[in-house]
Amino acid sequence: MKKVIKYVIIDILRNKIMLAYTAFLLVLSFSIFSLEDNSAKGLLGLLNIILIIVPLVSIVFSTIYVYNSSEFIELLVSQPLKRKTIWMSLFTGLTSSMVLAFIVGVGIPILIYQSDITGMMMMVIGILLSVIFVAIAMLAAVKTRDKAKGIGIAVLLWLYFSLLFDGFVLFLVFQFSDYPVEKLMVAVSMLNPLDLARIMILLKMDISALMGYTGAVFKDFFGTGMGLTLSFSVLVCWTIIPIWFSIRKFKTKDL
Amino acid sequence: MIIANNVSKNFGSLTALNNFSVNCNKGECIALIGPNGSGKTTFIKTILGMVVCDSGFITVNGFNIKNDWQYRSNIGYMPQTGRYPENMTIGQVLEMMQDIRGKKNSNELDEDLINQFEIKSILHKRMRTLSGGTRQKISAALAFLFNPDLLILDEPTAGLDPLSSEILKEKIIEEKKKGKLILITSHILSELDDLVTQVIYMQDGCLCFHKTIEQLKEDTGQTKLAKAIAQVMLNK
Repeated sequence: MKKVIKYVIIDILRNKIMLAYTAFLLVLSFSIFSLEDNSAKGLLGLLNIILIIVPLVSIVFSTIYVYNSSEFIELLVSQPLKRKTIWMSLFTGLTSSMVLAFIVGVGIPILIYQSDITGMMMMVIGILLSVIFVAIAMLAAVKTRDKAKGIGIAVLLWLYFSLLFDGFVLFLVFQFSDYPVEKLMVAVSMLNPLDLARIMILLKMDISALMGYTGAVFKDFFGTGMGLTLSFSVLVCWTIIPIWFSIRKFKTKDL
Repeated sequence: MIIANNVSKNFGSLTALNNFSVNCNKGECIALIGPNGSGKTTFIKTILGMVVCDSGFITVNGFNIKNDWQYRSNIGYMPQTGRYPENMTIGQVLEMMQDIRGKKNSNELDEDLINQFEIKSILHKRMRTLSGGTRQKISAALAFLFNPDLLILDEPTAGLDPLSSEILKEKIIEEKKKGKLILITSHILSELDDLVTQVIYMQDGCLCFHKTIEQLKEDTGQTKLAKAIAQVMLNK
């Protein structure tokens, strides 16, 4: 497995896009931190950008990469290697380069300007989001044979998680505003890794008061050690479940 | 060495293999013949595990290919159209395959074809810049490189120049003498004449017959494989 991962990582690093992504994150983080006089405010600005850009780049790059390495996959499948090994190597290679880009691009500025618990939390969540969206991308790529369709699905999934889902939740809240739906909101937020990530960081920043009564319920739940553990486990599930389904599909895929 | 038992495979509504059963033994050199779309390549890909069959089973060297993957270390496969990572050089591809197969020292490797095709002089070329024929040479060199007991060659001489295809044929005959099982598909029957010992004829995913070449010639009353097969096709 190590050997295959090595070749995947070499191949990704040779790709200029990864370098551009790292440089972009680096410039962005530094400029946000230096624009704001209060670095906590800077972190908030950075959060919104991370929640948009990291998932988008992870999902689109990974989908395209999986399609472009179809020759590589085909070559490996006829060799004495397990299919699971090939697929997991591809996943590990992609996530490690995504995570590396994130750590260099966002982690270093955070360490310099805001190296407290909130900053650390943001780094961990950013890393988890990178991994989650690589996993979702691999599921999208293995399910569809057509490259254009696969990339389209990847972009739609990103759109769903970052925009449509919130719209759907808002609609629900307005429709059922006469009922106590705050507790339900906690459950619904688990259905979207991006929402979960946003809430976890906002609560860490102690600005839950801005969210009214729902914020208080969130604080009650996510503020506890139990809630925090649960939400981290949900984020981990968001990686394991897509990748598990994609392995199952890849094992019986005809090449 | 290869036992296929009632193997079926459908691609949507298309039946590529229909209850296909065949038995191939060591030391044989078998030609897989049949019209376009008769399931030859699908059968080969099924042996390699690239296509997963719907029903039936295949064993290679006694291992059921469904549960085992190490059997592939005994197979040298030359695909119909070799597809390689486009931005790697020939040298990198060769090195990667040796790394993955875990055979690094040169005494285990069979570099005859690499030397005869003069691949060493073009090691720095990227795969995407190669012509179809050069790709075929790389595929052939890779198939023979690890000294496998089982060679699967899918249209090996398609796209090769006459000199190279002669080199490849010589190499196949040499390996056949070592008692390896060789499976060849080709549409150029005249060049199979002096290579193969047995013929498997497929049509619409079914096995039509599996005979030794002497038997086939006797049955059809022809002395050349090409004519014998033409007669079989006419009689269908």
